[in-house]
Amino acid sequence: MDRAKEELVLNFQVQGRDFQGAGVAASQIRRVLKQVGFDPQVVRRAGIAAYEAEMNIVIHAYRGTLSARITAQEIEIVAEDEGPGIADIELAMQEGYSTAPPEVREMGFGAGMGLPNIKRCADGLEIASEVGRGTTLRARIVIKGT
Amino acid sequence: MEYFHSVRLDQEKCKGCTNCIKHCPTEAIRVREGKARIIQERCIDCGECIRICPNRAKIAVGDGLEKIRGYRYKVALPAPSIYAQFYPEVPVPRILGAFLALGFDAVFEVALAAEVVAAATKDFLLKHRGPRPLISPACPAVVSLIQVRFPALVDQIAPLETPMDAAARLARSKAVAEMGLRPEEVGTFFISPCPAKITAVRQPPTGLLSQVDGVLPLAAIYPDLLRASETAREVDPVAGPRGVGWGVSGGENASIGLNRLLHVDGIHHVINVLEGVEKGEVTDIDYIEAQACPGGCVGGALMVKNPFVARQALTRALASLELGPGYSPEELEARVAEGECQVAGRVKPRPALALDADLDNAIAKMKLLEDTLATLPGLDCGSCGSPNCRALAEDIVRGQAQDTDCVFRLRERVRILAEEVVELARKLPPSMAGK
Ligand SMILES: Nc1ncnc2c1ncn2[C@@H]1O[C@H](COP(=O)(O)OP(=O)(O)OP(=O)(O)O)[C@@H](O)[C@H]1O
Ligand code: SF4
Ligand SMILES: [Mg+2]
Repeated sequence: MDRAKEELVLNFQVQGRDFQGAGVAASQIRRVLKQVGFDPQVVRRAGIAAYEAEMNIVIHAYRGTLSARITAQEIEIVAEDEGPGIADIELAMQEGYSTAPPEVREMGFGAGMGLPNIKRCADGLEIASEVGRGTTLRARIVIKGT
Repeated sequence: MEYFHSVRLDQEKCKGCTNCIKHCPTEAIRVREGKARIIQERCIDCGECIRICPNRAKIAVGDGLEKIRGYRYKVALPAPSIYAQFYPEVPVPRILGAFLALGFDAVFEVALAAEVVAAATKDFLLKHRGPRPLISPACPAVVSLIQVRFPALVDQIAPLETPMDAAARLARSKAVAEMGLRPEEVGTFFISPCPAKITAVRQPPTGLLSQVDGVLPLAAIYPDLLRASETAREVDPVAGPRGVGWGVSGGENASIGLNRLLHVDGIHHVINVLEGVEKGEVTDIDYIEAQACPGGCVGGALMVKNPFVARQALTRALASLELGPGYSPEELEARVAEGECQVAGRVKPRPALALDADLDNAIAKMKLLEDTLATLPGLDCGSCGSPNCRALAEDIVRGQAQDTDCVFRLRERVRILAEEVVELARKLPPSMAGK
């Protein structure tokens, strides 16, 4: 049987330092996934990955887009930004590592748990980054039992 | 699956306005052919529409007082919030006594059962190793909300009895032990602040049979109770302030008595907190006491008093010396040790929002929904009978509405049609040309 007949792509603009609008894109993605009828645990995992990726643009980058590519076999969350980039990705992946400034920590972010959290939720995670240019993060969630 | 709902529509009174559709937290109401329609799969019986309807066309259906006659021994189970409907004008012992005057043989305070539930919750929280925060099962509207809108969180609903169910169980065994009755001869009747409890008894979210035999809406028996309270004999309350405190938001947490507990009241605020949990944003909290009504159960949709006045009244009752001693710490400890209040049934998601059972089809419909939404004006005016443009797009995709239900789309279509008519009118038949 031919699989992945249907593909739905959602795109959202994300603005750096916009803490008021932060999280809205991930909420929209979660809402669509629920409405499509994905398993609640799939929605939870994709939702967390989208939220953490969105927050990283808000906290660490200048601007970017958050997208979701949705098929019955797989959900891919892509966060692409213009920003300072990540010099040492391995270090950034470590739990507790954060370069978030003090004022952002006061808002409850900057525990250095975002990327490790995405890794836990995703079946595949790729980060490509260029210092001074920006970062692209791709997290895939594979739909089982299809 | 068939759903029982306490909340119904009074067809006669409904004028087809858009107040209820815009306030429903699960987008469960549409106006079609001039009347509101409740989508059964989505309704959570929170009573928001009862509060908002200017025509009083939303009603709650419960049991009538006559139902108690079917039992040899009738026990009233008043919710703690009920006290606030009479206090301070009527002292607590006479509030309880009024139920006897109404035909009940005994009164068992739900607040007393709440003390055991609180102790069991504390014990459970201290031992729990799974995902956090856990969520209180006490408010059935919140439990239904989670089933419909937050299905990923159902496993975080604490697997414990509600005070209402615990009260029915305790009241029955007390009557059996003290009166020598058979269990089925005892009728347990919850006096309810809300429609959600009525539904929870008829159709328990765990799928297990409820211990409660009937639910009487407070509003329906309020005048009778008030009259009866004037001459009622006094019944000494047993439940103490910790149990009675459950009637207001924060009372449950106070009686559990641990540190990282959060309380939230009002259905839209509850949604806000649950969205936070879903995002993974609420990490430092062990337990959430969430209540659908403003101020907690004192603000129930079937209550009579203003919710804020009622909250103040209950706070005063808590500070008074009129309440009982409650269970002793030793008694509570013994009951918890016996595993009281633990429930075997688990709450399951209610997938009422999914567009299609087949994922591929659902994705196709979702694309159609997004495309349809892009053609709508985005004013969320509700004139189409759906709560907002997105909901209309969804209804169109589901085949339950059409794009011309949108007044702006209709106008657009009429304009195009009118232009075509004008265009046609200009075209004269050849035989008339030049005349
Ligand atoms: N999009 C990004 N652009 C630039 N740097 C980033 C980006 N995403 C992550 N980083 C870097 O990686 C570090 C770790 O990211 P991670 O999401 O794990 O933690 P955090 O964002 O600092 O804190 P938390 O996610 O717990 O709020 C960040 O502090 C930052 O230095
Ligand atoms: S808060 Fe109390 S009164 Fe309101 S719906 Fe929940 S249980 Fe019923
Ligand atoms: Mg982060």
